[in-house]
Amino acid sequence: MSEISLPEEASVLPEILPPIRIHGRVVGFALRHPGIAIGGVLIGLMILLAIAAPWLGTVDPEALDPANMLIGVSAGHWFGTDMLGRDIYSRVLYGARVSLIVGFAVAALASAGGMAIGLVSGFVRPLDPVLMRIMDGVMAIPSILLAIALMALTQGSVGNVIIAITVSQVPQVARLVRGMVLGLREQPFVEAAIAAGTRTPRLIWRHIVPNTLAPVIVQATYICASAMIIEAILDFIGAGTPPVVPSWGNIMAGGRALWQVKPFIVFFPAFFLSVTVLAVNLLGDGLRDALDPRGEARR
Amino acid sequence: MLSYVVRRVLATVPVMGIVALTVFSLLYLAPGDPAAIIAGDQATTEQIAHIRASLGLDQPFLVRFAHWLWQVVHFNLGTSVFTGQPVSGMIGQRIEPTLALMILTMLIAIALAVPLGVIAAWKQGTWIDRAIMVFAVLGFSVPVFVIGYLLAYVFGLTLRILPVQGFTPLSQGFWPFLGSLILPSLALGAIYVALLARITRAAMLEVLAQDYVRTARAKGVGQGGVLFVHALKNAANPVVTVAGLGVALLIGGTVVTETVFAIPGLGTLTANAILQRDYPVIQGVVLLFSFAYVVVNLIVDLLYSVFDPRIRL
Repeated sequence: MSEISLPEEASVLPEILPPIRIHGRVVGFALRHPGIAIGGVLIGLMILLAIAAPWLGTVDPEALDPANMLIGVSAGHWFGTDMLGRDIYSRVLYGARVSLIVGFAVAALASAGGMAIGLVSGFVRPLDPVLMRIMDGVMAIPSILLAIALMALTQGSVGNVIIAITVSQVPQVARLVRGMVLGLREQPFVEAAIAAGTRTPRLIWRHIVPNTLAPVIVQATYICASAMIIEAILDFIGAGTPPVVPSWGNIMAGGRALWQVKPFIVFFPAFFLSVTVLAVNLLGDGLRDALDPRGEARR
Repeated sequence: MLSYVVRRVLATVPVMGIVALTVFSLLYLAPGDPAAIIAGDQATTEQIAHIRASLGLDQPFLVRFAHWLWQVVHFNLGTSVFTGQPVSGMIGQRIEPTLALMILTMLIAIALAVPLGVIAAWKQGTWIDRAIMVFAVLGFSVPVFVIGYLLAYVFGLTLRILPVQGFTPLSQGFWPFLGSLILPSLALGAIYVALLARITRAAMLEVLAQDYVRTARAKGVGQGGVLFVHALKNAANPVVTVAGLGVALLIGGTVVTETVFAIPGLGTLTANAILQRDYPVIQGVVLLFSFAYVVVNLIVDLLYSVFDPRIRL
C-alpha cells in the first residue's frame, strides 16, 4: 500500500513542444550566425588557395620574363604580368600565404604575449603599475608607425614583419586580459577556489584563463585582420618584406608607379586582400555576437 | 575644474615619457654608427672616436637619453642623415598638407558617420540598418590604398572632376586646395567613418532604451528632437572617446594616403625616410605623431564634461 509507483506515462514527455529543428545542424548554425559562416567559408577558401597554390596552374612567382612584360589579362596570364614579366596570378596566389601566415602568427603571438602580461599584471600587483604604464606608452604610438619604426631597425623579412606588428598589438590584449583578471578575482567561484587551497598556477590555468578566452579570441580575430592590413601597408611603402617576396603589398607596390595605365597590377592583390580582411572581420563580428551574451547580440 | 585639468595633463606625462623612451631606444638600437657616417670613408679609428666623443655617443644610455630629451624639449630633433637639414625644419615644411588632410578627414567623417549611426539605430533591424552596417564592415576591411586608388580611378581618371594626385597649398587658393584634398580625405576617412558609425549606433541603441527617451516621446517631442537632442547628446561620450582613439588609424593611414595621392606631407616624409634609413627623421615624425595622439585623447577626456555635466571637472 505504501509503495510509491511512478505513473507509467510520466516518463514520456507530453508533446506540447513540436520539434523545432527545421534545418540540419550546419544550415541552422549558418542561419543563426551568418557572419561566422560567410567569414569562415571565405577564409577556408583562401587557406585552400594558399596551400594549393603550386597545383592551380601557377608558375614560379619570382620567375622573371622580360619578353612578356606588362601583358594585360589574357589566357596565358589570367591576371596579367608586372613590369618584370612576373605572372600576377601566381604572385597573388602565393601572396595569400604571406598574408595568412602574418595574420595568424600575429594574432597568436599577440594573444599569447598579451595574455601573459595581462595575467602577470593582474596577479603580481607590484608590477601592475609599471607594466600598464609601459602598455600605455606603447599604445600611444599609432600601431602602423610603431611597426614602421621597428622595421626600420631590422632587415625586411616575414619573421621581422610578424614581430614588428605583434609588438604594436600586444598592449590591447594585455589591457583586456588584465581588466578581466581583476574582475574575475572578485568572483565567488575564484574566492571559493582560493579558500579550498588551490595554488595560484592551477587557479590561473583552471579558473582564470578559460574565462578570459572568449573575448581574447574575438580580439585575436580583429588583430589578425589589422595585421594583414599593416603587413600590406609595410610592403606597399617599402618597409616590409623584400620586393621579390610575392605578397599582396609588394605586388601593389610594384604596380604603384603604373597604376594609371595598368590598373590591373594593383587591382588583383587589392581585391584579394580586401576579401580576406572582410572575411576575418565578419568572423570576428560573428564570434563576438555568438560568444558575448550581452552587447551587440541584443537586437 | 582646474584641478581635474591639471590631473589629466599630469597623467599624460608618464605616457609621454614612455613614448619618448621607446622612440629614443629606436635611434639607440639603430644599426650603423652615426660617427662613422659623419667621418666618411677615409676616417681613421681615432677620428671616429673623436667625433663619437664630441657627439656624446660614448656616454651611457640614460645620459644620452636625458641629453636627447633636453634637446627635444627645445624642438631640436637632430639633423637628417640624408639631407643634413634639421628634422624640425623638414617637419615644419611638410606639416601643412598632413594637418589639412587630417582635419578635413575628421570633419567629413564625423559629418557622415554620426547621422549614419543615428539612422541605423533609429531604423534598427531594417534593411537600412543592415545596409549601413554592411557599409561599416566594408569600410573596416577595404584597406586605405585600395579605396584611394579606386576613388582616384573613378573621379580622377575616368570622370575627371577632381585631381588624380598631388596637393595644392592653401596659398594658391581655397578651392583648388580643397579639391586636391577631397579624394585623399574620403580614402583616409573610410575606416574612421566605419568605426564612428558603429559606435554611434551602439551608443544610440543604449540611450534609446532609456526611460527619459520614452518620456520625451510621451510629451510629444518629434522624432528628430528625440534622436538628435535627447538621445545623441547622451550618446556623445562613447562616440567622442572612439573618435579620439580612432585618430591612431588616421595617423597610420596618412602615411599610405599621401603615398597613393603623392601629397608632400609628413606621411611621404616617413615613407621616404624608411627607404633611406634616415633614423632621425623617422624618430622625429613618430614622436610628433604620438605626441599629437596623446594630446587629442587628452582633449577628449576634457570634453566629457561638456556632454555630460554629471562628470564633475
